[in-house]
Amino acid sequence: MTTATKQRPKYYDLNLAHLPPPGLVSIFHRVSGALLFFPAIPALLYLMQSTLGTEAGWLHWKGVLSQPAVKVILLAFVWLYAHHFFAGIRFLLLDMHLGVAKEPSRASAKLVFALGAVATVLVAWRLW
Amino acid sequence: MNTHAKVPVGAHYGLGAWLLQRLTAVVMAAYTVFVLALLLWCPPAGYADWKALFSGTFVRLATMLFFLALLYHAWVGVRDIIMDYVKPTGVRLALQTLVGTALVFYLVWSVSILWGR
Repeated sequence: MTTATKQRPKYYDLNLAHLPPPGLVSIFHRVSGALLFFPAIPALLYLMQSTLGTEAGWLHWKGVLSQPAVKVILLAFVWLYAHHFFAGIRFLLLDMHLGVAKEPSRASAKLVFALGAVATVLVAWRLW
Repeated sequence: MNTHAKVPVGAHYGLGAWLLQRLTAVVMAAYTVFVLALLLWCPPAGYADWKALFSGTFVRLATMLFFLALLYHAWVGVRDIIMDYVKPTGVRLALQTLVGTALVFYLVWSVSILWGR
């Protein structure tokens, strides 16, 4: 760092509605990642411990997960996982210089949102 | 020709983390497809089926590999987020310590769930 460093312009537009699809995919990839770290990882481990531990635990959670409100919460996490999954695959393809140009990257960003929605609807259909 | 190529700063462990972040992603993606196929192929009807599913050596090893990949992936990802938004060194180190401790705890927990009984 030198004192001659020019002040860089700052662009802080935090309105999500102003972001193009690739930007939305990116910020939701970050937000979903954070929420998957907490609370999803400890919740998943707790669920596995409880349902694999005893038959009573399995039956308890089977009952809890049959409540509509719990199903909605579960679906929210299914979407977070699905979005993180598909957005991650898109980033891997971009890393390999596939679909880097403006138009394909916008198209793949929209596809990520579409696939996340489809995956969530499919799980919702299996749950009900 | 420029013989004085600029040496990028840093300790150079960033590339390893970057690469492992992607490798662990591929491992988890493969496991996700595998488990979804398994659950659709033979949906566990009750506790006995569910327990049997996770008592097979292959599923246990695959699940353990998934958790190892998940916890390392989470470390790199959460560390990136902390480095982007938390600037005071003390707070940053405290948060990273908290996250790292939680991840090690989750690792031990996942081993005990999969192999403990």
